[in-house]
Amino acid sequence: MIHASLTELRAALDAGKLSSVELATLFLDRIDRLDSGLNAFITVNRDQALAAARTADADIAAGRVGRLTGIPIAHKDVFCTEGMLTTCGSKMLSNFVSPYDAHVVSLLKQAGAVTLGKTNMDEFAMGSSNENSHYGPTRNPWNTGRVPGGSSGGSAAAVAARLVPAATGTDTGGSVRQPAALTGVTGIKPTYGVASRYGMIAYASSFDQAGVFGASSEDCALMLSAIAGFDPRDSTSLERPAEDYTQALRTTAADPARPLTGLRIGLPEEFFGDGLAEDVRAAIEAALVTYRELGATTVPVKLPNARLAIPAYYVLAPAEASSNLSRFDGVRYGHRAADYGDLDDMYRKSRAEGFGAEVKRRILVGTYVLSHGYYDAYYLQAQKLRRLIAEDFRAAFAQCDVIAGPTSPTTAWAIGAKTDDPVQMYLMDIYTIAVNLAGLPGLSHPAGFGADALPVGLQLIGNYFDESRLLATAHRFQQATDWHQRRPALAA
Amino acid sequence: MSLTIEDVHKIAGLARIALSGDDAEATRDKLNNIFGLIEQMQAVDTRDVEPMSHPQDVSQRLREDLVSESDQREAFQKIAPQTEAGLYLVPRVIE
Repeated sequence: MIHASLTELRAALDAGKLSSVELATLFLDRIDRLDSGLNAFITVNRDQALAAARTADADIAAGRVGRLTGIPIAHKDVFCTEGMLTTCGSKMLSNFVSPYDAHVVSLLKQAGAVTLGKTNMDEFAMGSSNENSHYGPTRNPWNTGRVPGGSSGGSAAAVAARLVPAATGTDTGGSVRQPAALTGVTGIKPTYGVASRYGMIAYASSFDQAGVFGASSEDCALMLSAIAGFDPRDSTSLERPAEDYTQALRTTAADPARPLTGLRIGLPEEFFGDGLAEDVRAAIEAALVTYRELGATTVPVKLPNARLAIPAYYVLAPAEASSNLSRFDGVRYGHRAADYGDLDDMYRKSRAEGFGAEVKRRILVGTYVLSHGYYDAYYLQAQKLRRLIAEDFRAAFAQCDVIAGPTSPTTAWAIGAKTDDPVQMYLMDIYTIAVNLAGLPGLSHPAGFGADALPVGLQLIGNYFDESRLLATAHRFQQATDWHQRRPALAA
Repeated sequence: MSLTIEDVHKIAGLARIALSGDDAEATRDKLNNIFGLIEQMQAVDTRDVEPMSHPQDVSQRLREDLVSESDQREAFQKIAPQTEAGLYLVPRVIE
């Protein structure tokens, strides 16, 4: 049962082959047994999970069945959950029990999903390896000496190790797609504004977007359909009708052997240049052969300003973070220093103690670039580059339907290998960050293995609101391949 | 550009983050590396480019000026470090 798709779990629950309580217990027991070696979870709440599962069983018995009724999930610890600890991976919020649910959390509750716990993450979603968590690094289920990627590394590792069938994440610069790639699962971040940010602890608000992880594109489509939609409580939520992303997966192809006939896949030369590890390149090129066999054509495209995405991001995101994180002052919630003199001293000590090193660095960078006299040189220049990058994508999408390339330049690296050099860590997001600057949807799916049997992820980038096409494209690939069904030994 | 120790202390002061002398040096070195990366931006001529603040270029939604929230003071103050009689307590700021 641990390898069953969400659709298979739905059928088993509806047929009475197992109860939601049995299903939740199965996964909770796996967490008990395996998570001490992975540290994918910050909080597991068995009692709350079993209570939700009992409610789901009653609903199923009464015929009140939604698509996710009784299905166990986990939330990245960036999402506020009423009555359950929400730490955001930080000491600052080590005692924070949210008085309300994030919109994404309440939508999944309404859909009947059973929350098993909250997953580990880089503090305030700032990081690419999960090593910036106050609660210790998460380990990659494929090799526990390696990182799972970040910042949603706990959710990715939990799904990869089958500690939970599906999970939520957030993606500000690649934080869903990159850990999905490094742990061999499927993850999608929708177009900016598709999922509400209400109750999702803010890092960089003009980039932050909720996403989901699953074992397949099909599972992601079910999860994404549950969390997408307009929410008046988020000022950047888009007023669009809710979409059912599973529909595009059910269409029948005219030529079943070549279901992607007519699809033009753009290959940006910038994503295949120096810096791409040879083992990743080989896996991606082999996956592209499969895409062509399925009927797709590939066309070269250019994203000439993509190389500026990382510098621009490391101005804009820290600037927004320095503003967003000013709310953590030890007054209304979160950590307050034990000893302090005046009010200013209380702020300074509470923040120095509550934030980790990387979070402090980004607050300082943001404070500097927004300070008097530097605004035009940094913030404004970065916003202009953001426009150039978005226009590169617009031009590319005139020639193709989706863009494909590697999600990450390498497979998962060793824990500790990059922690002393923030810039080296930032460069690992080279293929994902431009997508956030433009606000486009992006998906990563398993595409084979590199050296040391570590998973490689292929990134598909879509035009605005083209989530259905991304999911359907990945689904066709997954119908023809079994990379997404490979499991690490501890989930065999 | 290159930040000095004084710059780092000034920024940390603006950000209300206490920073010890030893930390300031290590922080300065890491920040200077980060700014080395950021400086790559300056090579691009962006004179005629309109800055982009939001992916969809949407404008702020307005709503009717009506009460939409209920009083949740008790629930919110339950998680505060220090409260008294419905107030958040901080060190005295007015003598």
